[in-house]
Order: sequence, then C-alpha cells, then structure tokens
Amino acid sequence: MINVSVQPAPIDLPAELAAVEIKGAGGIASFIGTVRGDGGVTELTLEHYPGMTEGALIGLAEEAFARWGLLGVTIVHRVGAMVPGDHIVFIATAAPHRKEALESCAYLIDRLKTDAPFWKQEKRGGEAAWVEAKASDGAAAERWT
Amino acid sequence: MQLLYFAWVRERIGTGAETLDPPQAVRTVADLIDWLGGLSPGHAEAMREPAKLRAAIDQAFVPLDAELGHAKEVALFPPVTGG
Repeated sequence: MINVSVQPAPIDLPAELAAVEIKGAGGIASFIGTVRGDGGVTELTLEHYPGMTEGALIGLAEEAFARWGLLGVTIVHRVGAMVPGDHIVFIATAAPHRKEALESCAYLIDRLKTDAPFWKQEKRGGEAAWVEAKASDGAAAERWT
Repeated sequence: MQLLYFAWVRERIGTGAETLDPPQAVRTVADLIDWLGGLSPGHAEAMREPAKLRAAIDQAFVPLDAELGHAKEVALFPPVTGG
C-alpha cells in the first residue's frame, strides 16, 4: 500500500502512523523532519511543482516498495508557510523485518531531498532568502545507487 | 510551449508561468535558457547563471543539454531543497 500526500495542512502523525500499521508487518520505521529555528529563522515557506511533486514521490515510494519488499509506504510532505518546530515531512515504511523497514525509510528521505521538486525559503525577521542545495544531500542520495 | 518557473527564477521573472513559442534554432534546454535571457530584464536576471539552474521537461528532471523535442511543458528552477 502506497500513500503519498503533498498538503498545506499540518501532518496528523498518529493517524498517518496508524494507517501504515499493516497486518503482517514485523517492523515499521518512520522519519519526521521538522523546521529548525537555528540562525534566527522565524518562518519557512515550502514551494513545490504541483503534479510533478506527487509523481516524483509516488515513483520513489514504488522503487522502495519493490527494492525492499515492503508492505506499506507513506510519504506526507507539507507545503506553504511553517514555523520552527512544525513537521515538514513524515515518512513511514512497513516491512516483514526491521532491516528492510529502517533501510527503506533512510533511502526515501535521502532521495526525496534530491529527487522531488520542493524549494525552501527562510525568513529571518523581515528578510527572505531561498535555501541553497547542499552537496552533502547529493552525496547522501548517491550512496543508494 | 508552457514555461513554468519556481523559487527565485519565478521571482526574478515576475511570473510563475507563461506560454511562449521559441524559434526553431532553440533545440535544447540550454538554448532555451539563452533565448529566454533576451526577453526582458527580469528574464535576463533569472537566466544569468545557467549553472545554477535545473530543468524538467514534461515533469521529468533533465540535464541542461537535453533536447526539447516535442515538449509541452518545460520548467526552470534552482536545485531542489525539500525534506
């Protein structure tokens, strides 16, 4: 079962986690990305490419599903304006055993960072600045190839 | 051809979408970036450093030397920063 959502609404963590608790799963792994307030960030706005974003996330979920023999994958990504502490992204994978669940969850967040069309803009006081991509994100995604 | 712009590319051009008909000599994404740069001061500012741009043709990432072919939708944007 693959469940992908790109949404302005806050992520309902208990509901999303409950939905990925599939019968027969021996392990469920999850990752939650949150807005950091370091460097005086007061607001974070996520822009995305409607249509392509959902397609990219479904593609990644299908790859992980096949590669690790998963039973369930959920990817929920928030877009729009957020503040420090808010949850940006939730990923959960259900597998027969823990190794597949943990590895596929790490794979999905690493690949999401380089393969899905999202852009972050940080606000510090009144100043807005687009976040630049990090070379370390590219390296993290590459290690799975 | 439908052009889509995101993040600072959109801001510099002043719109997120426009429909344009590039001349036949525009064969690749890099050609398109070069051509767009001549359309207005905003386009020129957005296209000034092609090395900082990434592209998608019909909602699939492509390198800048990719042929446009019969592309319906071409998007230009900075490197992605989600997650």
